[in-house]
Amino acid sequence: MLAADLAARKLGLRAGMPVAQAQALVPGLTVMDARPEADLAALERLALWLQQRIAPIVALDRPDGLVLDTTGADHLHGGETVMLRDIVRRLAASGVHARAVAAGTLGAAHAVARTTRDMAVVVPAGGLRDRIADLPIAALRLPENIVAGLDKLGLRRIGDLDHAPRAPLALRFGPEVALRLDQALGRVDEPILPVRPVDPVSAARAFAEPIAAAETIARAIGTLVPPLCSGLEARGLGVRRLDLLLHRVDRRAEAVRIATGRPVRDAERLARLLCEKIETIDPGFGIERMVLTATLTEPIETRQHVSALVEQEDADLSGLIDILANRVGMRALYRLAPVESDVPERSVTRVPALAPDARAEWPGYWPRPIRLLPHPEPIGTMAMLPDHPPAFFVWRGVRRRVACADGPERVFGEWWQGDAELATVRDYFRVEDTSGARFWIYRAGDGEHGESGSQRWFLHGIFG
Amino acid sequence: MTQPDTRPALEALRAQISRLEGRSGRERAVLPFGVGEIDRRLPGGGLALGALHEVAGGGADALHCAAAGQFAAGIAARATGKVLWIVTRADLFAPALQQAGLSSARVIFVEAGTDRDGLACFEEGLRHGGPGAVVADVARLTMPASRRLQLAAETSGALGIAIRRWRRQADAADFGQPTAAVTRWRVSVLPSGPLPVPGVGRGRWLLELMRARAGESAAFEVEACDERGRLALPGAADRLAVPAALGDRPGAAASGRGRASA
Repeated sequence: MLAADLAARKLGLRAGMPVAQAQALVPGLTVMDARPEADLAALERLALWLQQRIAPIVALDRPDGLVLDTTGADHLHGGETVMLRDIVRRLAASGVHARAVAAGTLGAAHAVARTTRDMAVVVPAGGLRDRIADLPIAALRLPENIVAGLDKLGLRRIGDLDHAPRAPLALRFGPEVALRLDQALGRVDEPILPVRPVDPVSAARAFAEPIAAAETIARAIGTLVPPLCSGLEARGLGVRRLDLLLHRVDRRAEAVRIATGRPVRDAERLARLLCEKIETIDPGFGIERMVLTATLTEPIETRQHVSALVEQEDADLSGLIDILANRVGMRALYRLAPVESDVPERSVTRVPALAPDARAEWPGYWPRPIRLLPHPEPIGTMAMLPDHPPAFFVWRGVRRRVACADGPERVFGEWWQGDAELATVRDYFRVEDTSGARFWIYRAGDGEHGESGSQRWFLHGIFG
Repeated sequence: MTQPDTRPALEALRAQISRLEGRSGRERAVLPFGVGEIDRRLPGGGLALGALHEVAGGGADALHCAAAGQFAAGIAARATGKVLWIVTRADLFAPALQQAGLSSARVIFVEAGTDRDGLACFEEGLRHGGPGAVVADVARLTMPASRRLQLAAETSGALGIAIRRWRRQADAADFGQPTAAVTRWRVSVLPSGPLPVPGVGRGRWLLELMRARAGESAAFEVEACDERGRLALPGAADRLAVPAALGDRPGAAASGRGRASA
């Protein structure tokens, strides 16, 4: 048996078990021959898919892993943790059960990913050594016979190995033990050989002398983009993801990825987006080769513009959106659209900045506060009759006397969201204090029935 | 300087200065408030387009900038085209923006994690010229930063509004520091006008024009933005039977226009 998933492990099956034993444990077990070549091909397809969507550098970690260098790309996905969760979720949607780990080195990420139970783990830069010290040596990518040999010597954890004297180990097992340990701890660099998409549109340039200055890199980008764009033009394509790989003289590769909201083939715009990222590049001792690859492309549709006589068309903002999205990330750029819900915090949803306009509006019968607090804050009030707002309230330590008020506006719980909301009610009041400050406060409950809410008062928004 | 000066020597000198400042040939476009008393105090008869303006909340509103935010929303609503709104805290409530005349389809929000990113996005938005107005929450605005923003706005003709929003009340003292903004406003809430029935009337603000380039400072008591983003003077609104914030919908545009020009 080659592999066992969760369902199989529950039945008592383990990887490495003879087939006869497994069949004895589970009668009627279907047995299929392993096809390592097909597995590898599928892994390669997955690698290319991840390269298009997540990060520019993706390599195979045979037989069952993928390595991503996300240094130049995590800003597009809203940070490392969000990105890892997103990867696991998207893989799960396509039926792949995966664990994602972000760590400072390939070796450490490999070790943690194969020993952790969590779906997504981020190993902080300073805690790398402590995090892997307790892991078994088998996680270090060493051949089985070496692991068994080390086990005989009583070395079982990576931490033990780190403290053991090196020379005798090297004499007995060869240089690999120390190399793998150093790679995991980041003492030795490990180049990643990325997979290449089939027949990509790309442009490359090698330099006779390594370059490092920002201006020189910018000039090199300027010479790389036009040939790429003419390559795209020949195929009628535009760029959605563009990767710039900078191969350094010390065999490491720096990567810059830019993403665009719509397919782009404008050389000036692409060069501008790339140049904005120059400050994130660490040229080290110099860059000897630059490769610009259009990783994800889409056909460009040319759209006929409406005649200017009919209506003035809004300026095209996609260029600005791309510039901003590459700075703050796609998630931080949005429009707000109405949702049919009377509960204020549910009535707004975020849609992509370039999404088509749904032409929906919020109902405007009642004034709404310009600032809505992220969470309603409890306020102290003097109890009043059910239909009345409080005479005064205390919010953030300031006591305010209510001069006038409007309300109540009753918001009912949405029973389709869950049974808990079946009877709940909020009564909103718009109150003005004696200084003129206007607030949106509500009582959780209708003031009479206990099941309608806690009857406590909250401040939810501030009017202008 | 409420009366336009007609002395020829002074006019020639002004023309020479504006030529030196690099905007000769084209007259500065403005966005009038539609309230005569305010527009008369502003050079050019309105809020200059292609310029940076600063808005802050007065008193306790310096932290929440509710009135200041709505004031900015009203201005952005009356500008043309899309609006880029850069926020540091995502607590703007879009239904209220719609009630100030700024429909959700027109506003693109950018959530900037740091002040540095926020200022960079602000500058990009102003320089691009696509959005008609760019509004941004800005805590610290230094002279060099504001000058960059002002130059970016000048090249594209977009209206830039910096909502000065601090995290601590003590930081609000920063508002006295000089910046390159063309005007500087402070909006404080006042008790709303009395109604014939119990309830809260249309919001009322004390609008202080603290600084205006080539103009003088002034203070106005105004009624808050209506559903098209227009301000009004308190006297004018009293003539209407229904308070605008409660009753008016976009259909009632005719009555609103009468109020704005009054």
